[in-house]
Amino acid sequence: MAELFMKLAALPGALPGACAQGLIWGIMAIGVYITYRILDVADLTVDGSFGTGGAVCIMMLLSGQNVWVALLAALLAGLLTGLCTGLLHTFMGIPAILAGILTQLSLYSINLKIMGKANQAINVDKYDLLISLRWVKKAMLGNPLIMVSILLVVVVGALYWFFGTEMGSSLRATGSNPQMSRAQGINTSFMTVLGLMVSNGLVAFSGALLAQYQGFADVSMGRGAIVIGLAAVIIGEAVFSRLFHNFALRLLAVAFGSIIYYVVLQLVITLGLDANLLKLLSAVVVAIFLAVPYWKGRYFAKPVRRAQVKGGKADA
Amino acid sequence: MLEIQNIFKTFNVGTVNEKVALAGLSLKLEEGDFVTVIGGNGAGKSTMLNAVAGVWPVDEGKILIDGIDVTKLSEHQRAKYISRVFQDPMTGTAATMQIEENLALAARRGQRRGLSWGITNKERAVYREKLALLGLGLEDRLTNKVALLSGGQRQAVTLLMATLRKPKLLLLDEHTAALDPKTAHKVLQLTEQFVQQDHLTALMVTHNMKDAIRYGNRLIMMSAGKIIYDVKGEEKQNLQVKDLLAKFELASGDEFANDRMLLS
Repeated sequence: MAELFMKLAALPGALPGACAQGLIWGIMAIGVYITYRILDVADLTVDGSFGTGGAVCIMMLLSGQNVWVALLAALLAGLLTGLCTGLLHTFMGIPAILAGILTQLSLYSINLKIMGKANQAINVDKYDLLISLRWVKKAMLGNPLIMVSILLVVVVGALYWFFGTEMGSSLRATGSNPQMSRAQGINTSFMTVLGLMVSNGLVAFSGALLAQYQGFADVSMGRGAIVIGLAAVIIGEAVFSRLFHNFALRLLAVAFGSIIYYVVLQLVITLGLDANLLKLLSAVVVAIFLAVPYWKGRYFAKPVRRAQVKGGKADA
Repeated sequence: MLEIQNIFKTFNVGTVNEKVALAGLSLKLEEGDFVTVIGGNGAGKSTMLNAVAGVWPVDEGKILIDGIDVTKLSEHQRAKYISRVFQDPMTGTAATMQIEENLALAARRGQRRGLSWGITNKERAVYREKLALLGLGLEDRLTNKVALLSGGQRQAVTLLMATLRKPKLLLLDEHTAALDPKTAHKVLQLTEQFVQQDHLTALMVTHNMKDAIRYGNRLIMMSAGKIIYDVKGEEKQNLQVKDLLAKFELASGDEFANDRMLLS
C-alpha cells in the first residue's frame, strides 16, 4: 500500500507533460474526427502523415528555416498526403481504408527519405523551437501547455468558420448523404479529397509539434496514431456529448478526450504497467468503446411497449 | 424542354444477369408538362429518371435539356438543371444536418459553393415562411436535425428543397410509395401545388394508376424499356383505370397482373 502511494506521489510531477502530449495529439485527433465523423471515412493515412509532419518540420529547422515556416511546410506536406489518399480513393476507385493503408505504407519510405535516416534529433539550445518538453513547467510562451492551447483555439476557430461556409457545409453533406449531395450539385469526389487533405494537414501539423516537443522526429512516431485519434474522439464524445452541442465545443471535446487519454496513460504507467503493453491496452480500450453502441442496440435494447408502437404509427 | 433521343442502357453486360433496361427510349417534354409515368416492375421507369439525372452514363443516345446536351455531364453537373425527390425518404435529405442547413444546401443547387456563409439570417426568414406553407409545423423546428422527422415530413421537406431554386426539370421517383395513404395524398397535393405555382416541368413515376390519371397533363406508360402509350390533354383527363389496363395488355401483349397496381 505504501508502495502504491509512493508511486502515485510521482503522478503530479508527470501530469503537465501528459497534458501537453494530450494537447498536441488532440490536434491530430481533430483531424481524425474530420474524416471519421464528418466525412464518414476511416482514413489510415494518419499513421504515416503524422510522421511526415514531424520529419518535414525537423529537417526544415535543421536547414535553418524559421519555425513557423517549418510548421507551414509540415502542414502543406500533410495536405499532399491527404491528396494522395483522396485521389487513390476517388480517381482510382480504391476503397478508402485500402487507399489510406497504401499511402501510409509509402509514407514510411518517404519519411525515411526526408530524414535520410530513421531518426533525426534537434537540440533545443541550438535551434529556435516553438515548444519543448523542457519548458513544460516554466511560465513562458514556449511552454507547450500555453502555446499548444493557443494553437488549438486557432485551429478550432478556423474549422468552425470553415464548416459554416458553403464549401464546409457541402463537405458535411457529403459525409452525411453523398447521394443527396450529388443531387444538390455537390461534387462529392472533390469534397472527399478536400476533407482528407484538411484532416491530414492537421495531423502533420500535430506531428510537427510533437517532434519539437520531444526534440526529435522518428520514422515510426505515427504508428498507432489512428487508434489514439479514435480513442480521443470516442472518449471526448462519451464524456462531453451531453454538455457540448455546438460544433466548436465538440471539436474541443475531442482534444479534451486526447488529454484524458494521456493522463490515464500516465496514471497506468506511474502505477507500474509494462510500457510495452501500452499499445495493446489502447487497442483493447478503443475496441470496447467501438463495440458499446453495437452491443447496446443488439443485447440491451429495451422491449418496445405496444403503446409506443401505436404512437409511432400515428406519428408517421 | 427535355428531349430524350433513342437511349439504350443494359446492366450487367455479358453476365447471366444481363438486363436491357432501356431499349431505344425517346421522349420529348414541352415546357410546363407535368407527366406521370406508369408501367410494371422492371419496365424502366426509374431507369429512365436515373438516366436523365446522370446517375450513370447511357450506352447510346442523347439527352438534351433546354437544347443543352447533358449526355456527357456528371450527376452533380446536371443538378444545375434538375432537382429530384426519391422513393426512399432517407435519400433526399442529409439526416445528420439541420432542416435549415438542408434547405440552404438545396437553395445553392448547381451554384458555385465558396467561402461565404453556408446560411444567412435573411434565408432563415424565407425558409420559415416556406416551411409554414407545408402545414406540418416545421417552421418552428428550423434547427432540428432532419433525422427527427417522419418519412412524410422528410418527403415534404425534400419537395420544398427541390423547388427552392426553380429547376428546369423536376424528377419524382415514386416519391410517395413509402408513405401511408393519408401522408401520400398530402405529399401529392403539395407536389401539384409546387408544380402549378412555379410552372415546373416534371416527370413523376407512380405505381398508383388513379394518381397517374388525376395528376399532371400527360401520361406515359412504359414496358420493356420503351414508351408504349402516350396520352395528354382531354383524352388523359377522361381516362379510367380499366382503360389503362386494357391499353397495357393491348400494347404489350402481356397480362398486366401486378397486384400492387390493381389494388392501388
